[in-house]
Amino acid sequence: MAGDGSVKLIDEKTGKRTDGRKFNELRPTKIEVGVLNNADGSALIYMGNNKILAAVYGPRELHPKHLALPDRALVQCYYRMSTFSVAERKSPAPSRREREISKVISDALNSVILTKDFPRTTIDIYIQVLQADGGTRCASLTAACTALADAGIPMRGIISGVATGLVNDTVVLDLHDIEDQKGSGDIPIGYSATLDEISLLQLDGVFTIKQFEEAVKLAIEGAKQIYEIQKKALREKYALIRAEFAGESEEEEAEEEDTIEIVSQSLAESEASVDETAIDEVESEELEEKKTEEFSEVEEVSEVEEVSEVEEQDLVSDIAKELNDELDDEKELEEDITSLETGEPEKNNEAITDDSSESVENETEHKEIDDLEE
Amino acid sequence: MNELFFENHAIVVPGDKLATGHFKYGSGVVRQDNNYYATVVGLFRDRGDYISVKSLKGKYLPRAGDLVIGLVVDVGLTNWILDIGSPYVGVLTSMNAVTKRFDPVMADARKIFDVGDIVLAKIVAFDRTKDPNLSTKERGLGKLKGGRVIEIEAAHIPRVIGKKGSMINMIKRLTRCQIITGQNGRIWVQGKKIQDELRAIEAIKKIEREAHTQNLTNRINEFLNSKR
Repeated sequence: MAGDGSVKLIDEKTGKRTDGRKFNELRPTKIEVGVLNNADGSALIYMGNNKILAAVYGPRELHPKHLALPDRALVQCYYRMSTFSVAERKSPAPSRREREISKVISDALNSVILTKDFPRTTIDIYIQVLQADGGTRCASLTAACTALADAGIPMRGIISGVATGLVNDTVVLDLHDIEDQKGSGDIPIGYSATLDEISLLQLDGVFTIKQFEEAVKLAIEGAKQIYEIQKKALREKYALIRAEFAGESEEEEAEEEDTIEIVSQSLAESEASVDETAIDEVESEELEEKKTEEFSEVEEVSEVEEVSEVEEQDLVSDIAKELNDELDDEKELEEDITSLETGEPEKNNEAITDDSSESVENETEHKEIDDLEE
Repeated sequence: MNELFFENHAIVVPGDKLATGHFKYGSGVVRQDNNYYATVVGLFRDRGDYISVKSLKGKYLPRAGDLVIGLVVDVGLTNWILDIGSPYVGVLTSMNAVTKRFDPVMADARKIFDVGDIVLAKIVAFDRTKDPNLSTKERGLGKLKGGRVIEIEAAHIPRVIGKKGSMINMIKRLTRCQIITGQNGRIWVQGKKIQDELRAIEAIKKIEREAHTQNLTNRINEFLNSKR
């Protein structure tokens, strides 16, 4: 793809590129998150004249089943260019290039997604290039990773994609279409700013070692800027809703604790019982008994007095709710246990002894909250 | 040297460095050396030496003991396959569905639950290597007749229930609806009047949208009263 570098793409006097950017400047980039209602997660990226839509489905059941991996999720990526995305109509048939990009993007994403959380499932990522202007694989990777985060899929970090290239023997950041075609080389890079990891690196053209090092350094700088844009887009989705209700009365302080609801309470309870699972079992059995008692009461009442169905149903749903509450407690307990298990073994004992004191702490905290509420 | 980089309830995104030092950590957090990073978009929760991130979105993962609302998608000779809104389908065997002995030669499984039925079930066991096993043997479980089922983010179900059921009880009281919440994000609503059902559903949708904000119970109260 790379040209021979004979076309002048950088102004010698000002050092500016054909679109007026400096060598280390990104194109104006904007990301919108949650643009599709039917996908589990989605993102739309504008990067210069690139417009790319990424949609994430999953984790979901995989068909055909024989492709499923027993220990982790499969990450399947489908990169497609629209027929109208380029100046000359692109044939709708999937090309070799599209398959290649699909593969490198899914490989890159595989390195950050915690796929072991969802064995035997698939995570599907559909990328549709609506308008292409060079560097689509990097922009696609950025969009795909943002969409994954939007879908609530756990990841170690967020990948930001950016390309650097060689134009008139100068290393420049974020190539647009003309630079991509007439320049003498490009390096697309997927980089995670928080992990300091490169998850995608390709090279086209000829670079000296010095130029290569410079290019990678420049790409990392660019990726860090893109990461900030991704973070902002993901936060904004929720921050905007939150802002609608900001600046309400002072009551909020007391009410704030309300947000943690069941959780804080269950934490206190569950942490207290972490070291004594046996007791917990007994307790839950007791609770079960209580429930059945309640149920039989319901029955008796309905038999004797012919209480309206509605009331009985109410009781049923009440009990369902109670079950829910307990389940929440149990959930927190499980989470605790996992965290303890994942911690270093020597620390386990320490952690457990800490528990008792902490549960007391939590309880007192609780009382405070209750007081505030009253 | 314990240090936190976010306030309680702050919105965090994957890769955000939450803390350094020694902490216990729960869901939504990974540790690398002594640094703790968020893995999902969610609310940071700081409880002293325990940190976690409460996810705001994502598929429901079954847990043993959860109450779920499922849709029957397939009926076998002695078992039913239920869509429970998670990556894994729920399997309800006749052993876990009926108290009497179930003889596939004499009885027809479709007479108990047919495709398209909405079933309230409990998850008996799940370990990710096999699809979750369900049970409808307990009282109150089984087919849900009438009413409507709506789907919201499973992560927001605790918010819909509220502290000690405060939210759900308020909605029930103000809309005179019966409501059953499944941990898988499905909520069954039945009221005497259609308007009541719609009001309850609207309130629940509002909770889902504003789940990460404060003072929600009061707002929903106002909302339901204004709609009356």
